[in-house]
Amino acid sequence: MNNRITTTLQELRRTNRKALSIFITAGYPTIDATPEIVKTLEASGADIIELGIPFSDPLADGPTIQQSSDIAIKNGVTLPVVFDMVSQLRKTTAIPIILMGYVNPVIHYGFDRFMREASGRGVDGLIIPDIPVEESQAYRTAALENNLAPVFLAAPTTSDTRLRDIDAASEGFVYCVSITGVTGKENGIPENVKAYLQRCQVNIKRNPILVGFGISSGDDARNISSYADGVIVGSALIKRIRGNRKNDYLPAIRAFTAELRQGLDR
Amino acid sequence: MLGDFAGRPTPLYFAKRLTEHYGKAKIYLKREDLCHTGAHKINNVVGQMLLAAKIGKKRIIAETGAGQHGVATATVAAKLGLECIVYMGREDTHRQESNVNRMKLLGAEVIPVDSGTQTLKDATNEAIRDWVTNVRDTFYVIGSVVGPHPYPMMVRDFQSIIGKETMQQISEKEQSLPDYLLACVGGGSNSIGLFYPFIESDSVKMIGVEAAGYGITTRQHAATLTLGKPGVLHGNLSYLLQDENGQVMPAHSISAGLDYPGVGPEHSYLKDSGRVRYESVTDTEALDAVRELSQLEGIIPALETAHALAYLKTLIPETAEGGIVVINLSGRGEKDLGTIFKHI
Repeated sequence: MNNRITTTLQELRRTNRKALSIFITAGYPTIDATPEIVKTLEASGADIIELGIPFSDPLADGPTIQQSSDIAIKNGVTLPVVFDMVSQLRKTTAIPIILMGYVNPVIHYGFDRFMREASGRGVDGLIIPDIPVEESQAYRTAALENNLAPVFLAAPTTSDTRLRDIDAASEGFVYCVSITGVTGKENGIPENVKAYLQRCQVNIKRNPILVGFGISSGDDARNISSYADGVIVGSALIKRIRGNRKNDYLPAIRAFTAELRQGLDR
Repeated sequence: MLGDFAGRPTPLYFAKRLTEHYGKAKIYLKREDLCHTGAHKINNVVGQMLLAAKIGKKRIIAETGAGQHGVATATVAAKLGLECIVYMGREDTHRQESNVNRMKLLGAEVIPVDSGTQTLKDATNEAIRDWVTNVRDTFYVIGSVVGPHPYPMMVRDFQSIIGKETMQQISEKEQSLPDYLLACVGGGSNSIGLFYPFIESDSVKMIGVEAAGYGITTRQHAATLTLGKPGVLHGNLSYLLQDENGQVMPAHSISAGLDYPGVGPEHSYLKDSGRVRYESVTDTEALDAVRELSQLEGIIPALETAHALAYLKTLIPETAEGGIVVINLSGRGEKDLGTIFKHI
C-alpha cells in the first residue's frame, strides 16, 4: 500500500527518526476546536493524527478518553461530522489522518459506504480495536479497496504466531499496546516491555511498529522508541485540554507535543 | 457442587391455582428460584468457577445487574476461597441494595460504576476493562449468554441443565413434552438454558419475553429483539438498541436484570430462524404478575421472572385445554421488595 501513512513512515525511517502519532477525540472539547488542535499538533512535531470517533461504550479506553468521548457525543459528533472535519483539515494539511473508533457505528453506517466516504474525504488509515484480526476479512477487504490502511493491535499477551498474523493483515503500521489494559494509565512503562517489544521486532517484519497506551512523557517516548519505530500518545494529551480554556490548552499541548518530539529526537 | 451446594435438581411444580385462574393449559413452574442464592445464576457460576480454579486463576471478577449473578459469584468464590470483585452500576446498587449487602457479607468487593447509564451495560464495560488489565491472573465470570466467544456458548451449556431436568421431569409427570416454554430474556441465560435441550423438538413452541419498560412505543424499554438492529457490543454481533448514529442507547426496565441494551447472539439467531418467538411486556404488567403469583401460589417471583409470567394472559387463550406450558421461574423476588412497594 502506498499512501500518506506509508510515505511518512518510510521517510522517517530513511532519515533515522521516530514517528509521533497523536490521538485526539474528534469534536472535543468542541467541534470547532479540532482543526485548530490538529494544526497546533502538526506545527509542534506530530507526524500522524489519529482522530477518535466518539462511541458510547469505548471498551479499550480509560476514564480520560471515555469522558472526552461522552462530551464529543453531546457536542453532536457523528460520522458525517467527522468526515466534514477531515475535509476541512485537508484544505490546509497533508498530515496522515487515521480514524480510530469502535466497530458499531461503522457497521451501522455500512462498511463499504464508510470506507468510500473516509477515503474520499482524505483519511489514510483506520484503527478499530474491537475488530480482531480473526474476524477482519470483510473490513480489511473494504479498507484495502479504498486505499485505507487497516492497523491492527497487538498486546503483551499476544502470541508470536498471532503477532505474525497481525503483521500480515495490517498496513501502515502495527499498533503495539505497551501494557495489558486500557488507555490512560500513568504508572510508567513496565520493566518487561523491553522483552515484549523485542518479540514484536522479531515477529513483525512487514510493517513499522508504533507503541501506544500509557506513554505520558518525553522520557516514556524516548525509552520506548529504542525498541520501536514510533509512539502513540492520546490520554496524556487530552488531559492537557481537559478543564482548560483554549488560550491555555493550545500552549499546553504545544509544549507537551514538543516534549514528546524532543524525547524521540534525542 | 450443583447437587448438595446449589440444590439441584430443582422441582418442576404444577401451579394448580394459577392454572385454574387462566382456565386452559396446565401451567408448570421450573423452580430455579429454589437454587442456592435464589436464582438460576448459580448454575453457570459453578461451571465457570470450577474452570477458573482448574486453570489456576486466583482472582475472580464479575458484572451484575440485579445482583443475582454477583451474589452467586461471591458465594462460590467464598466456597472456593478465591478473591472476588463485582462491578455493579451505581443505579443498580441503589435499587438492589440487599444484594449489595449479601455480596459484602460473602467477602466480595462491590465496585459501583459511575460511567454511562450506571447499569448493567456499564458494569460490563468496567469488568471487561479490568479483565484486559489483569488478564494474567484474573478470570472473568460473565453472568449471561453475552460477551465474546466462547462465553455465549459456555454459559448456554452450563444453564442447559434447566432444560434437561425439565425434559425428564415433564416426561415423568405428563408422559409428553410441553406445548410451550416461556421465559424472560434480558441477556438471555435462563431462557436459553430452558430452551436449548428442546430446540430439536419441533412440537415445543418457545417464547422469550423481553422488558418493554414504559412501552415499546416509548424510548424507554429493553426490548432488544423486538426493536433493536444488528450491532456489536461486548464482543458479539447481535441485536442491539442503538440510535441512528450507532451509539448504544440506554435501556430501561423496572427490573435491573433485564435492563440491558444487548442480548445473547444465539437469541438473535433463534429469532431470525423463527424457532423462538420474542414478545415483550411492560413494567406495569410485570408488577401485576408479581402480585398474582404471590397471591395465587405463595411464590414471590423476581421482577425479571414476572415478565414471563405476565405473558400468560396473552398466551393462555391460544393454548388448548390439557396443553402444557412450562415457565422458567428463574428467580425469587425478595431482592425486589423495595422496588415493588415503591410502585404498587
